Amino acid sequence: MPEPTLHLAVALDGLGWHPAAWRLSHADPAAPLFPRWWAALVGQAEQAALDLVTIEDSLDLQSSLPDGPDGRVDQLRGRLDALLVAARIAPLTRHIGLVPTTSVTHTEPFHVSTAVATLDHVSGGRAGWRPRISARRAEAGHFGRRELPPPDPTRLAEPERARLVGDLFAEAADAVEVVRRLWDSWQDDAEIRDAPTGRFVDRDRLHYTDFTGRWFSVKGPSIVPRPPQGQPVVAVLAHATVPYTFAARHADVVFVTPTDAAHAETVVAEVRAVEETIGRGGPPLRILADLQVLLDDTPAAARRRRDRLDELHGTAHTCDAATFTGSPAQLADLLAGWRRAGVDGFRLRPAVLPDDLTTITRAVVPALRDRGLFRAGYPGGTLRDLLGLPRPANRYAVAGPR
Amino acid sequence: MPKQIILAAHFPGVNNTTVWSDPASGSHIDFASFVHLARTAERGRFDFFFLAEGLRLREQRGRIHDLDVVGRPDTLTVLAALAAVTTHLGLAGTLNTTFREPYELARQLATLDHLSAGRAAWNVVTTSDAFTGENFRRGGYLDRSLRYQRAAEFVRVARRLWESWPADAIVGDRADGRYVREADPGVFAHHGDQFDIAGHFTVPRSPQLHPVILQAGDSPEGREFAASSADAIFSRHGTLAEGREFYRDVKARLARYGRTPDELKIIPGATFVLGDTDAEAQERAHHIRRQQVSPQTAILLLEQLWNRDLSGYDPDGPLPVEDPDVDAATISRGRAGMYPDPVGTARRWRALAREKGLGIRDLVIEVTGRQSFVGTPQRVAEQMDHFVQSDAADGFILVPHLTPGGLDEFVDRVVPLLQERGVFRTEYTGTTLREHLGLRAARPVTRVGAA
Repeated sequence: MPEPTLHLAVALDGLGWHPAAWRLSHADPAAPLFPRWWAALVGQAEQAALDLVTIEDSLDLQSSLPDGPDGRVDQLRGRLDALLVAARIAPLTRHIGLVPTTSVTHTEPFHVSTAVATLDHVSGGRAGWRPRISARRAEAGHFGRRELPPPDPTRLAEPERARLVGDLFAEAADAVEVVRRLWDSWQDDAEIRDAPTGRFVDRDRLHYTDFTGRWFSVKGPSIVPRPPQGQPVVAVLAHATVPYTFAARHADVVFVTPTDAAHAETVVAEVRAVEETIGRGGPPLRILADLQVLLDDTPAAARRRRDRLDELHGTAHTCDAATFTGSPAQLADLLAGWRRAGVDGFRLRPAVLPDDLTTITRAVVPALRDRGLFRAGYPGGTLRDLLGLPRPANRYAVAGPR
Repeated sequence: MPKQIILAAHFPGVNNTTVWSDPASGSHIDFASFVHLARTAERGRFDFFFLAEGLRLREQRGRIHDLDVVGRPDTLTVLAALAAVTTHLGLAGTLNTTFREPYELARQLATLDHLSAGRAAWNVVTTSDAFTGENFRRGGYLDRSLRYQRAAEFVRVARRLWESWPADAIVGDRADGRYVREADPGVFAHHGDQFDIAGHFTVPRSPQLHPVILQAGDSPEGREFAASSADAIFSRHGTLAEGREFYRDVKARLARYGRTPDELKIIPGATFVLGDTDAEAQERAHHIRRQQVSPQTAILLLEQLWNRDLSGYDPDGPLPVEDPDVDAATISRGRAGMYPDPVGTARRWRALAREKGLGIRDLVIEVTGRQSFVGTPQRVAEQMDHFVQSDAADGFILVPHLTPGGLDEFVDRVVPLLQERGVFRTEYTGTTLREHLGLRAARPVTRVGAA
């Protein structure tokens, strides 16, 4: 039985998700390079008691092409490392979850694990993490350690392509597995400071991860004690069965991209079926539907904003998620409908920052509260608490001392 | 104006310098401890805060070493968070080049430089340590002879990436619809022995252009690398004579790279103990040494030299009569090698123990890790000033023995005396770490987009 209220997240990226966002935003075009920009956005989201913000990241330059630079000068380019942005914001906030994106294809699982664990420590248990697969040649070229074929969505069904996708997901699965084992590699009570025996830790409460896979081996233990949440929240963006399966096996939260309420029902059914098939233990995935949102006081005004953005962009912008264009009340109604279709909440992608975020926090959130769909404030606790996820037992502790 | 002293604060590390058994010892993990030390350093107008790095828990006799502080948070993540609670303090971290790729690390450091408005610094270390490598994709093994080759190439690539966005790349002209001056900024290519990469860097030019680069190795190759590539050296030379010799040697190497002596700062690590009288300070110093060298730690430190299992020895009894085992695999793993001549060192230790009638623990206390500066605040200020004015150093990286309050007394009692002597700033005059250190603004060394 789903909870009565929904979970609400906001996805932050650049000056907004529409490629022409920077043209209409009143912010300094270079604002995303400054911490005060992120502090203001996340602070605003926290004032509205949102569950979490996500921060996008990628190991290549933004582009309108599927892979590689596009030669355009009219769109925002450049970004900072998302995890460090989240860490920079952590001491300035108190309640909201911070969920940066990190590639798992070209990075070291050990570094990723310790960085997210540390984000959990510095934020007092508010860290999440969105592992992302880097399938683009542009990213691979920055590391020089592997060759990838040029992207071609029409050839995904070919056996070689399918194998490549399968490998990338399998490697990502290994990475998340290692990251999670490292989080557990210290039992919560490992630090004992026992002066009579001179021991700072009880080494029987520290555990080797001993992971050996096709792409890497990681001995462990972590250098970072177990994070406050035990396991920080892992969130996966998924559009199809393969990533749903990845999410069901490895994540706590899944961001999905339905096109309407009926489709939302289908997607939820498919995610639940996948959970069943793989025999997922523990709490079910929290399913958050992604929506790009373009808001204004009236539907007509919102449409005009959208038309203006598309005109500046040169074409009607579409992305992997559905776009909502309308008034805050209309959005609240739509979210209520999708909620009835079974999603646990939403990750809203503001088309223009800070404008659409401001409308979300000042108008959409109150409208949801009026409908009894969103809580009035923070109940206190960790991000897991906020999402209704229990603190997991340590996989090594239940096995007893080595 | 007399030479100005550089001061940095080292967060207490995972060796026996750090006393965890004292009632005043707090958490080494809670962010509040980092905030306390960083804010104390900033209150004292320090140049920078320094974090070491751990990538594998240390082992001795094949088991995780449990006698010192174990575990620490991730360096970059803590530094980024500290940028939020400080305004001027430089933020330096040790980051190993063996287990990282230049694109990712350059991106993280440029990000830290943006997030701190120009306060980022990187202590470049490189290891050949296959033990640590067991935690990484690379598997770890790097031939010792390639260590500085990799480090130097890594730094060259990082600088090329940092320079890849022109200073005026972002135009942001809304009327004209032009966000960037030139299409696809951040273009770079590097084809070298260690790295063969090309593409576009994602981080626009950061405030310092080049985060400050520190180097900590002491070998001839390390000194040469520092002379060619670093802004500062984190050295280990404790005595005035050793310090002056090192200082002279390293500064003399700079001309070869077209650099002047003031372009490379020499900042040894240093410890201190204060007291109202010199005698009281000496007493405190001895008490701290006993805390640092517990009976169990004494045996363990002895094992690191002897390279034998000495767990059966009485910490208050005599030293082993047999010589260190120089042929066996090292029993202590995950820390830098400490004794170039184990047999000779062991003989000296035995002779000293006989001469002074010392058991193992007292001998270890005597021969390892003595504090650098012990005395009244007045005496410590004088000695530090003398050290710097005699060109044995340009300043110090202070390593307190207690977390998080270990620097409080120094900032309250010694810093004002250094300021009175006119050798330490009373207010920050710049905003970036380069400005604090008196380093010139970084200039691009590569042509943008050059292959």
